[in-house]
Amino acid sequence: MEKIKVTVGLGSCGIAAGAGKTYQKLTELQQQAEYSFDLAKTSCIGMCFNEPLVEVSAKNGSWLYGGVDEKRIVEIMKHHEAHEAPLTEYVVYSEKLDTPGKTYFDGQVKIALRNCGYIDPESIDEAEAHHAYQAMKKIVDEKLSADQVIQKVLDSGLRGRGGAGFPTGKKWQFAKSYSGDEKYVICNADEGDPGAFMDRSLLEGDPHSVLEGMIICAYSVGATGGVIYCRAEYPLAIVRLNIAIAQARQKGYLGKNIFGIEGFNFDIYVKEGAGAFVCGEETALIASIEGKRGMPNKRPPFPAEAGLWAKPTNINNVETWANIPWIILNGPEKYAAYGTEKSKGTKVFALTGKIKNGGLVEVPMGITVNEIIYKLGGGIIDDKKFKAVQLGGPSGGCIPAHLGETLIDYDSVQATGAIMGSGGMVVMDETTCMVDIARFFLDFTVKESCGKCTFCRIGTKRMLEILERICDGNGQDGDIEKLEELGRQIIENSLCGLGQTAPNPVLSTIRYFRNEYEAHIYDKKCPAKVCKKLITYMVDEEKCTGCTICAVKCPTKAISGEKKKVHFVHQDLCIKCGSCFTNCNFGAISLV
Amino acid sequence: MRIQRIFVENDNRKTPDDVVITNELDEIITKYKGKKGNIIPLLQGTQAIFGYLPRAAFEKISKETGLELSDMYGVATFYTQFRLNPVGKNIIKVCHGTACHVQNANAVSEALAEELGIKDGETTADGLFTLESVACLGCCSLAPVMMVNNDTFGKLNNKSALKVIRDIARKEKQ
Repeated sequence: MEKIKVTVGLGSCGIAAGAGKTYQKLTELQQQAEYSFDLAKTSCIGMCFNEPLVEVSAKNGSWLYGGVDEKRIVEIMKHHEAHEAPLTEYVVYSEKLDTPGKTYFDGQVKIALRNCGYIDPESIDEAEAHHAYQAMKKIVDEKLSADQVIQKVLDSGLRGRGGAGFPTGKKWQFAKSYSGDEKYVICNADEGDPGAFMDRSLLEGDPHSVLEGMIICAYSVGATGGVIYCRAEYPLAIVRLNIAIAQARQKGYLGKNIFGIEGFNFDIYVKEGAGAFVCGEETALIASIEGKRGMPNKRPPFPAEAGLWAKPTNINNVETWANIPWIILNGPEKYAAYGTEKSKGTKVFALTGKIKNGGLVEVPMGITVNEIIYKLGGGIIDDKKFKAVQLGGPSGGCIPAHLGETLIDYDSVQATGAIMGSGGMVVMDETTCMVDIARFFLDFTVKESCGKCTFCRIGTKRMLEILERICDGNGQDGDIEKLEELGRQIIENSLCGLGQTAPNPVLSTIRYFRNEYEAHIYDKKCPAKVCKKLITYMVDEEKCTGCTICAVKCPTKAISGEKKKVHFVHQDLCIKCGSCFTNCNFGAISLV
Repeated sequence: MRIQRIFVENDNRKTPDDVVITNELDEIITKYKGKKGNIIPLLQGTQAIFGYLPRAAFEKISKETGLELSDMYGVATFYTQFRLNPVGKNIIKVCHGTACHVQNANAVSEALAEELGIKDGETTADGLFTLESVACLGCCSLAPVMMVNNDTFGKLNNKSALKVIRDIARKEKQ
């Protein structure tokens, strides 16, 4: 009988959910006589809401199981051994079964993520069996010139997936046009946007696709060295990248005269970032690689002319690199067949927040917000009301529910005041306060501003102060207008992308949720009941059991009541710390 | 601005200026001496040895490599990774990314701060825990998330987060 193959998803989030323990259990089972199966590792398949995930493949089909902890894996394996059939109860996806996971996968087109979750990321042989390095071999076999390769990238319509959306082929043309004894290709893997993790998944799941993309670019622009600037918070990605680089060197895909091309010398090393959001900006990133404080510089000169060590340099984002081999191998027309007129291909989104099916999705450009949220995402947690989706993190804005039919492409998203960004998509429901979200992002940019430009350094701080006082119930008439004015000034007078986009989350929430700002300022109310200072805490008489925990925990003794009798909050003493609400075990503290 | 992060109001532990600088530092200095762009790897290597950047290490590196102290200090204070004060045995990193924020990561941080009696960025008097908030750990679908040393804990609330650190504290005291 053919052996069953069991594959465990060991990406960062899988491990966080306990996949390591499941894998450990499987190795123990393998030792036992009654089981006979092969065990394999893979990375994140994007179905994060069902982690840990385990796939069981047998001769009669393959089944993806979700929520597989140490106990469940034994149940599943026993069932397979005994019945040679799946334990359908826990199956989340299978071609043969109608599971909820079906719509999640069937709505996707996987190009950048083509191998993520399907191969062992630490094995170059498995990657090569899934077409890794075939695109570069095709270039060699068909003797494509550098210009022909760049033309293919141009024809595909691929735009920078880091967020700005500059045509990738054009960037390559610029880099090629400048000559230098040394030339560099950089992979921007400093994924700093909170709420985005697609680059991490890609690097952990299919590092060879990124390496191959960089090699193809090096061939096209004539580069001599490559750097992957990866943030230190992604230790697993760094480990797997280094494994992949060592394997590629052994195969002659990196080093001297690679792919048998005389004089094509190109090698890549990984540079660990040290934690600074601004280093996602290309000139700051270059400064950081050079070992300096990661502060942006004036452009021009653009990196294509004078980048790393003042040599011509081309920088692209992880997802952009991963698309390149597919485009060369399958043809630019095929890539351009997906998407809209000005935004071709697919885009990976990290779908998080108040969404049922949170995870990683790769969708063709031109899909609508509603399709992503309701079809792929399965709707809002607890079926609450969908309020808005935040795109682009601290540089972006939100698309409100009434614009749910907005197409996801660079230009349509920009028209709403949000930006495509790197692909973080945080879903918010009626319990999310938009003023609080704006304050949250401003707090982030204030901390991350490098301090070079006055408007960014001081302006964002002043905006944050205004937002804080609005959230604390001290908002004044004219605050909204002041925020708008400051925002406009900061956008106009900042040097780099961080400052130029920092006010976006505020301006975009004012644009669509001005009434929430007004409720905070004039009525001293937080409609979503998030801003603590604007909430009145009351005891729900029907739910209170008189357990006294709230009275014990209250720091100002504002709650009184006898044991086993309904308690009472003295509003004049209450400092609105919320401790009664978080400590009540019966949900008896109501927010008014 | 970025520099604010490293100044902590109430640091219970004194900074030992007399740390014994070991031979391990020599290896790092030999490895990176004279290489371009070496400040960040030098500091990262130093922090890997000591858990933070002791003053004595700055001085030694400067003396042996010729790097300016001011340049090194500038880099060390710019990046969030670098610490100028010793840290506790267990480092708690509470994620405050967007997804964690909307799922109430504040409640987790507040509960931990109350339990440990320290603020963000500080270390407990017994040197057992350091509490930090970080921008994003990239486990957004498990929000809210925290990392204790190298273990990640997801889908937390104020109570389950406390349980995690109480378990660790109990084990440490045994």
